[in-house]
Amino acid sequence: MSEERRFELTRDELDVNAIVKRVMAPNRGAVTTFVGAVRDHHKGRRVRYLEYEAYPEMAEEVLAQIGQEIRERWPAVDDVCIVHRIGHQDVGEVSVVIAVAAAHRVDTFDASRYAIDRIKEIVPIWKKEVCEDGEFWLEGPESMTPPDWE
Amino acid sequence: MKSITVRLFASLREAAGQSVVHLELENEARVVDVWDALCDSSSDLEPFHGRALVALNRRYVSTDVLLSDGDELALFPPVSGG
Repeated sequence: MSEERRFELTRDELDVNAIVKRVMAPNRGAVTTFVGAVRDHHKGRRVRYLEYEAYPEMAEEVLAQIGQEIRERWPAVDDVCIVHRIGHQDVGEVSVVIAVAAAHRVDTFDASRYAIDRIKEIVPIWKKEVCEDGEFWLEGPESMTPPDWE
Repeated sequence: MKSITVRLFASLREAAGQSVVHLELENEARVVDVWDALCDSSSDLEPFHGRALVALNRRYVSTDVLLSDGDELALFPPVSGG
């Protein structure tokens, strides 16, 4: 991971503290962090591990676009860093970290929630679940799946 | 003629059996012409026609956009990151 970058894809393990530090500064009193991790189950299936694939050049540009959207919606937000890991990831490993910093905590929660929702909508990254009974591409955000589809 | 690079990802890449396809298309070519060319060479891609997302030079576009020489077109399923 590069220290200075704000919107990044990497195959390396994610260091949550290092990503939080990227957005910290003396005039910022609040950092809201979202950490996404690999879950051991999905829709009744036991997940062994995930394989994340990306369109890397576009994915980093769209992450930066999400950062710009946050700055427009919440001008009090001073800094945003989003790092998404791709490749093989075992259960319990961290797949994405979002850190949103501002002088005060107001808006950092909403901006963080917005970032993860937008990632699941528009960033060209896909996860394949490798389960006991086969491999399954996930397509479309879970939030778009009506509960009665399960 | 226009030279178009097509990149395929995730389930589309697996269905096509390749991640990059180079096409030579007529001057008035649109995304639908890319689909026709791709489905001619791999019928496994047919089910994706109509629900795949389309990005032209890394930006989302609709399927009626006109293509230019040297364009990079990406076709992929709805995203599932996070």
